[in-house]
Amino acid sequence: MEFSVNTQAVAYLVSAILFIFALKGLTHPASARRGNFYGMLGMVIAVAATLLGHEVRSYGFIIAGVAGGAVIGTILAMRIQMTAMPQLVAALHSFVGLAAVLVAIGTFINTGHPGAVMMGELSAGVIIGAITCTGSVIAFGKLQGLLSGAPVKFTGQHLLNAALGIATIGLGVHFAMTGAVWALAIMTLLAFVIGVTLIIPIGGADMPVVISMLNSYSGWAAAATGFTLHNNLLIIVGALVGFSGAILSFIMCKAMNRSIINVVFGGFGSGDETGDPSAGAQAAQRGVKSSSVEDAVYWMEDANKVIIIPGYGMAVAQAQHSCKELMEQLEARGVEVRFAIHPVAGRMPGHMNVLLAEADIPYDRVLEMDEINPEFPGADVALVVGANDVVNPAAKEDKTSPIYGMPILEAGKARQVFFLKRSMRPGYSGVDNLLFYRENTSLVFGDAKDTIEGMVNALKGSAH
Amino acid sequence: MSESLLALYVFVLACFIGYYVIWGVTPSLHTPLVALTNAISGIVVVGALLVAGSEQAGIGTELLGFLAVLLASINVFGGFLVTHRMLSMFKKKAK
Repeated sequence: MEFSVNTQAVAYLVSAILFIFALKGLTHPASARRGNFYGMLGMVIAVAATLLGHEVRSYGFIIAGVAGGAVIGTILAMRIQMTAMPQLVAALHSFVGLAAVLVAIGTFINTGHPGAVMMGELSAGVIIGAITCTGSVIAFGKLQGLLSGAPVKFTGQHLLNAALGIATIGLGVHFAMTGAVWALAIMTLLAFVIGVTLIIPIGGADMPVVISMLNSYSGWAAAATGFTLHNNLLIIVGALVGFSGAILSFIMCKAMNRSIINVVFGGFGSGDETGDPSAGAQAAQRGVKSSSVEDAVYWMEDANKVIIIPGYGMAVAQAQHSCKELMEQLEARGVEVRFAIHPVAGRMPGHMNVLLAEADIPYDRVLEMDEINPEFPGADVALVVGANDVVNPAAKEDKTSPIYGMPILEAGKARQVFFLKRSMRPGYSGVDNLLFYRENTSLVFGDAKDTIEGMVNALKGSAH
Repeated sequence: MSESLLALYVFVLACFIGYYVIWGVTPSLHTPLVALTNAISGIVVVGALLVAGSEQAGIGTELLGFLAVLLASINVFGGFLVTHRMLSMFKKKAK
């Protein structure tokens, strides 16, 4: 059986509709899994329609490639720890980028000299794909801790990026006009370099924006490939994915009150927080109260409502399962427990939600910033687990602060605030947290997981 | 209208669909959204199949195509499975 061009086009249309339904499914957790199946079905139809079309003549390499990809992909997906999801996503983005580059170059070789418009589209595919690829490799390195999470800055950085960008586009235009292979080669090389220089100045906690941005690029790379191949399915899917990433980037930037320009070129923030044994003494010097686990338990066990605010520190300490236990112990005492999620908590959009879901915490206990903020004044305890900047009142009160204007979780409005922290070091922004010095705030020093397990044990011990 | 212009029509209209569909996604599912878009951007596998299986392909482009098929397939399988794994964890209430 061989599909005619028209049959193939109809199959692609069905596939595109299924992809749209797949994304639409994510409107609600209840419909999301069905959405994912629509996506799988769409992919099966797209691949089958392509293989049955008249263009594909040999199958050996294809079968080997798909089989290899199936094995590697399945192992990755099954083995990956939920805390390492940002790394997996970064790795997958780099694969899409590289695949787009290879497809563009392969198409050029197969078709010979395909005309200026198509070679322009092809250049766009190569450039976007290459930037996505190396940019994602750098993001992966930062997330995995292979590279420092601190921004890498040097003088003339912006000038270098601008020069590289102009040179790359110039070569792309030259290639489109003349079909010169040397221009294609150098352009490809430079685009790979830009991916590196674009992402190294961005610090670890800006990773939610970086991941979203690279997600968007991978979509545009697919769309550019679609333009080159005159394939509407690739164009549609590329646009969907491109917009998805772009909207996520926008949401993340808004949640930090920063522009995308500022994130990409700002080189904002410091490295990651590390433990400091003298933290308690430093805290006392600076007029910050520190509390024991028992103090915190004393407050929580008689509370009506406790709101837990997780941040990247919870992921690092793998404390999500302990949080679940704490929730159960408190709920057994009739305490209402809620989790409050800031949009940029963690290293990718929605990172905290997935970790809490992994720990079997029902999603109706997990609330977004706008939903939970009105509830803080009625809460007895706000328990901050490895978050910092997202609860800093400086964002509202101190006009000179670099984080001024960023929307925050209003933890300070709870009757009592407990911070689980490893040290007195400020958060990612490098800004001191004004909440530490409040009358109703106490810091509990130590590893978040150990501390919460301590709380759980204390609660078990004092069972009514 | 040239073929490229027609492609531009499709692209722009698809952007609008993307805009409205993505704004509807609940923030709690943003990580699965990124993973799912990862999987469906594996659609470049279609381009990879065309390169690897083309009549004009020499051994060089067949190898390029093979590598592209491999990478895109990792995305497709890895992306859909990890999305499924994550979505299975989102439960309303235990029991």
